[in-house]
Amino acid sequence: MSATKKNTLKLKFDSSRNLAPAPESKSVAKIADRYDLFINGKFEKPSSKKYFDTINPATEEKLSVVAEANAADVNNAVAAARTAYEKQWKKTAPKERAKYIYRIARLIQEHARELAVIETLDGGKPIRESRDFDVPTAANHFFYYAGWADKLDYAFPNRNPQPLGVAGQIIPWNFPLLMAAWKIAPALATGNTVVLKPAETTSLTALKLAEIIQEADLPPGVVNIITGAGTTGAALVNHPDINKIAFTGSTEVGKMIQKAIAGTNKKATLELGGKAANIIFEDAPLDQAVEGIINGIFFNQGHVCCAGSRLLVQESVYKIVLQKLKDRMETLIVGDPMDKNTDIGAINSKQQLDVINKYLKIGQQEGAEMFQINCNIPKKGFFCRPTIFTNVAQSNRIAQEEIFGPVLAIQTFRTEDEAIEKANNTPFGLSAGVWTNKGSKMFNMTSKLKAGVIWANTYNKFDPVSPFGGYKESGFGREGGLHGLGAYLKV
Amino acid sequence: MFKEFKPEQRTPNTKHQTTKIMSTKRLSVLKTYKIYIGGQFPRTESGRYYTASNPKGEHLANMCMCSRKDVRDAIVAARGAFGAWSGRAAFNRGQILYRIAEMLEGRKAQFIEELIMQGSSKKAAEKEVNLSIDRLIYYSGWCDKYQQIFSSVNPVASAHFNFSVLEPMGVVTIVAPQHSSLIGLVSVVAPVIAGGNTCVILAAETKPLCAVTFAEVLNSSDLSAGVVNILTGKLAELLPHLSNHMDVNAVCFSESDATAIKMIKENAAVNVKRTSFYENEKWMDDNTQSPYFINDFQEVKTTWHPIENIGGAKAGY
Repeated sequence: MSATKKNTLKLKFDSSRNLAPAPESKSVAKIADRYDLFINGKFEKPSSKKYFDTINPATEEKLSVVAEANAADVNNAVAAARTAYEKQWKKTAPKERAKYIYRIARLIQEHARELAVIETLDGGKPIRESRDFDVPTAANHFFYYAGWADKLDYAFPNRNPQPLGVAGQIIPWNFPLLMAAWKIAPALATGNTVVLKPAETTSLTALKLAEIIQEADLPPGVVNIITGAGTTGAALVNHPDINKIAFTGSTEVGKMIQKAIAGTNKKATLELGGKAANIIFEDAPLDQAVEGIINGIFFNQGHVCCAGSRLLVQESVYKIVLQKLKDRMETLIVGDPMDKNTDIGAINSKQQLDVINKYLKIGQQEGAEMFQINCNIPKKGFFCRPTIFTNVAQSNRIAQEEIFGPVLAIQTFRTEDEAIEKANNTPFGLSAGVWTNKGSKMFNMTSKLKAGVIWANTYNKFDPVSPFGGYKESGFGREGGLHGLGAYLKV
Repeated sequence: MFKEFKPEQRTPNTKHQTTKIMSTKRLSVLKTYKIYIGGQFPRTESGRYYTASNPKGEHLANMCMCSRKDVRDAIVAARGAFGAWSGRAAFNRGQILYRIAEMLEGRKAQFIEELIMQGSSKKAAEKEVNLSIDRLIYYSGWCDKYQQIFSSVNPVASAHFNFSVLEPMGVVTIVAPQHSSLIGLVSVVAPVIAGGNTCVILAAETKPLCAVTFAEVLNSSDLSAGVVNILTGKLAELLPHLSNHMDVNAVCFSESDATAIKMIKENAAVNVKRTSFYENEKWMDDNTQSPYFINDFQEVKTTWHPIENIGGAKAGY
């Protein structure tokens, strides 16, 4: 306790400071007026003849139009992937497979700035995050899995691991390029071919990746990228010639997919929702913990399945943590995602902003107390002020349901057992955070929390070598690391 | 010692022959086959029974025809036992599996008799029991080793210690292989509990005797109450309840039955259960035992912790 008493200085941020704008340039990004479907190595017009707009959620300006794939287009993409698998990819020497994937990694690095700009324009995340996290991590993912292609026998000794065939992959809008990398890299390394569908609000970097794949001379049909919304995804899931479904998205849709493929032999990996507890003990380094809370819930506007969206604070330090948290929140810069100073960018879509606002109402109706920082937000575009709720009950919907926005539900606890009980008391089990200075307490907590990823004295860290995935209704299977290989192999 | 289990002394059960007055022949004591829930041996709460017969159609026993309520009770028992069982030292779990093997070895003759009653030849029955004992020893040995095979330290590019370990999924419902009475059951239960899960098993419907007697072995093996729960009954009736219960983490099904598998997968979606299907395993073969059967019921947990690097942020491991 004495340590926390000493530690009461307020961070000295001048609340009236105005940093000069530091906008990234749009000119480095080449965005075409129209994007077609990437099937069999070529960009093809959709047989649906339909296109939909993709907009910049920070300005609501149209960036481009994107093809909407219908069932016939899905069929063409799957057929291309099947042919590429049978005729070429499964016969390609593993070390050659590896070199193709290395090429993709390198080309992503070469196109890094352009990709980062497009990611931010199309999705609304701060350019600092696209530049420093999404794009480099995506490249690293390809680089990591490339090396596995000719070493699979060492990952599964005496099992003669074999590819599954054609993988249908559906990814969300929160980390568009990175999720494409998480899906495509291990699938290719293990000798599968791919049909990938990005989310309808964030197709552009996946289509840029398609151009990179062309540039890498990957054999036609090994990777196919088709755009569209839910019906396109459903057509992919239900296509009879798919061997594997890899899905990242909501638990609701994940359950539908699990049910839809019940009568088939399709393998599945589901990376679904979360409601992670970030647990702060009284002996934690509180300033670092507050940084961890901020990073946990406000990284990428809270559009993170593993976001630390529930804060559990030990009662003895509740007041000071809450004060430090509010002080720190006041320093967050909300606004233009293209500004390099911006901490919190645009909410990805109008639809998602509506969902978040709905939960803000629900939280207040349930009796929780809402606090939002006092900042201006742009008049155009979709923005949400960083928000915390106190006086939250375990049964409140804002403590049980995934909001997927910059909204934190705060509860308190007295004992370790109470913290564990509260943390585990949700249908989800994707991630958790623990902050304490005591090693034995830390290991007690990390071993008892029912979650696939535990951040101890840190939060929201990712790496290609680090397996990621959930317990319970947060899905099954792992992505990343050695454990991510098994999802794409018959072992 | 086990004379009362000789088949010729069981068959009179159908006709209920009255012994001659003043006969010196001893009337054998027949066993009532029960079920095993939470370390207790009740009959089904439903009061229902079905008849287990040998391949000639002769009556062997009145088995419990378990109900949905029995399934739910068993799942409650399994959930209650999970924390303590998964929290035991891996070494200790290994010792308990070894103890199960010891107890089975001691009651070998009884299992051989039961297998013969259910249609096995003597030779085949002996082989099956021996192999079951050996399989338990095999998985006993894995308890404190599979973690070392499947876990990893991950060399992340930042200054963090990052490692991935296996943890048990939780409560597993298991439909035992229907064509075998003992080896199939042992082959699917052993890896599930070796990995720290608890389970509810539906025994082979037409060959259920060994499952119940195996419960008696488990009950005398230091295995805590509720870790393994064994039910008998109708597969078609109980499968929906075994697969759609919201407090079950995984389902294991050991038959090649497309309709049943589809139903399990659909029901599993209600709470994103994990499913494992062993459709064509030949459980008498040695290649149907491996640590991968343990791995099938494990989650991967990855933990990150920063590493202090005075004077710069280097990677640590």
